[in-house]
Amino acid sequence: MKISERKAEALVALLFLLPNFVGFLFFTSVPVLASLYFSFTHWDLFHRPQFVGLQNFISLLGFSHQGGKLVANDPFFWQYLYNTVFLMIGIPFTIAGSLVLAITLNRKMRGVVLYRTIYFLPTITAGVAVLIVWKWLYNTDIGLFNVIIDDLGIWLHIHLPSLFPVAFTGPDWLGRVEWAKPSLIIMGFMMSVGGGNMILYLAALQGVPRELYEAANLDGASGWQQFRHITWPLISPTTFFIGIMSLISGFQGGFVTSYVMTQGGPAGSTTTIEYYIFNKGFTMFNMGYASAIAWFLFLVILVITLLTYRYGGRTVTYA
Amino acid sequence: MLHLSLMAGSFLMLLPFLWMFITSVSNPASAFSSPEHFHWIPHTWYWSNYTDVFRRLSANGMSFWLLYWNSLFVAIAGTFGQVLTSSMAAYAFARLRFPGREPLFFGYLATMMVPGSVTLIPVFILMRDFHWINTYYALVIPGIFSPFGTFMLRQFFMSLPRELEEAARIDGASLVGIYWRITLPLSKPAIATLTTFTFLGYWVSFLWPLIVTVSPQMRTLPIGLTVFMQRYTADYSQWMAASVMATVPMILVFIFNQRYFVEGIKLSGIKG
Repeated sequence: MKISERKAEALVALLFLLPNFVGFLFFTSVPVLASLYFSFTHWDLFHRPQFVGLQNFISLLGFSHQGGKLVANDPFFWQYLYNTVFLMIGIPFTIAGSLVLAITLNRKMRGVVLYRTIYFLPTITAGVAVLIVWKWLYNTDIGLFNVIIDDLGIWLHIHLPSLFPVAFTGPDWLGRVEWAKPSLIIMGFMMSVGGGNMILYLAALQGVPRELYEAANLDGASGWQQFRHITWPLISPTTFFIGIMSLISGFQGGFVTSYVMTQGGPAGSTTTIEYYIFNKGFTMFNMGYASAIAWFLFLVILVITLLTYRYGGRTVTYA
Repeated sequence: MLHLSLMAGSFLMLLPFLWMFITSVSNPASAFSSPEHFHWIPHTWYWSNYTDVFRRLSANGMSFWLLYWNSLFVAIAGTFGQVLTSSMAAYAFARLRFPGREPLFFGYLATMMVPGSVTLIPVFILMRDFHWINTYYALVIPGIFSPFGTFMLRQFFMSLPRELEEAARIDGASLVGIYWRITLPLSKPAIATLTTFTFLGYWVSFLWPLIVTVSPQMRTLPIGLTVFMQRYTADYSQWMAASVMATVPMILVFIFNQRYFVEGIKLSGIKG
């Protein structure tokens, strides 16, 4: 390629980038850098921010010796970080479920539009309404799950008294430390399996050339082989996108859900980092500290993304 | 068998919407001390809840239609801006060579890793300095430039077969022509997806419109709906009636966009 051609291409690229980049600079980069500055300040939102150096980060991440033991300066932070990571267990299952759903609903079939719409409904139904219904499903006494479990317990107790000396009952799903997290994970799966990821996969599946399947059919390749060697590699850029976005939203998520479902409880077991940031910034008016948490979270996500980027570079196939 | 399992799943997926609808036609007086107590089949259907929504909003100085119009205008304008600018940027990132491409793209990615709750106030201050508070500019423009759309479309563009573009280049098509006549038409499913996401994002956005608008004339639907939650006991029946009306445009947008998920692209014919 000639140098002039290369220059022309760079010029066209500049023109294509410009409209988005100008907006990105103002409305994304500037606020992001501002929050970095605030993380080194004490700021109550009403007075001028005061520069305090690394003080926020020391209060957040530091440890001190107390009675011969190492004690975290902010034990809540580590607990909430653990909660956040724990609640992300559901992510791979959601992604896999979305892919299965997308492949299932990517065919000519009676009622396919209806199914797609119904599975997408929880995503577009007003958020709080969905959560209220799940609160009912999980209700200890009158919730659908426990009504079924309690009835089953009584039935088994009557018919198999030797095996079930007492009739078992359903748990207090949202009220017990050991059940609260799994309950939220199951709910998250059900609410999002047919959501954005399914749509992204449906769109990605449209980009796989039909000729490849036709050729594979002629060669007698099985359905699984076609998936493994055609579909999966060709949609890998979308899988990469979904993976990164799930990671980001997993680390940054959980505020509204926990707030409505459990208020972060019981015993703080469903409080996430995002919940903590929101509380620090907008309830306790300590925006400097909230920004410090956010920037530590940024570093964690960045490192994991860089690792994925490197590793993913080998498995993502671009046309 | 397939239909059976799909239908079983559908039941759970429909449940929240059904609850919303049934609550919206239930007796507002019994307006559940606790929303978990309710009858699946209401004794009497109170369609008047829907007209009460209009009355209740007027009593609070808001017009349901104006809220609706604001939400629609903001969502349509914002979606148009996002799809146009991010598809152009994504094309540059995916297909054009220029110095600093990878670092810049990674910069786009990195900004998404900073939680929105700490950038909220800085963007607000920016709006104040621009004198955009209580205008459509503040409601529409900052949302257009989220890096999400650029990242998403870049991934789609990169998975498109290069053969078509190379053939067009040999035939003397310009880069702009390739973007407009080949990349975009081949990416209809991706564009439809981004349209759905962006529209939804604007449509349900709550915190941002709440802090950048002041007068009732500039409010959007999600903020109007808070009128029904302000008492000790929320007016669930009216609230859900308003929510049902608020969900309808989103369902239409989705049904309209999902028709692009029809069949894989065909290489032959274009290649010819």
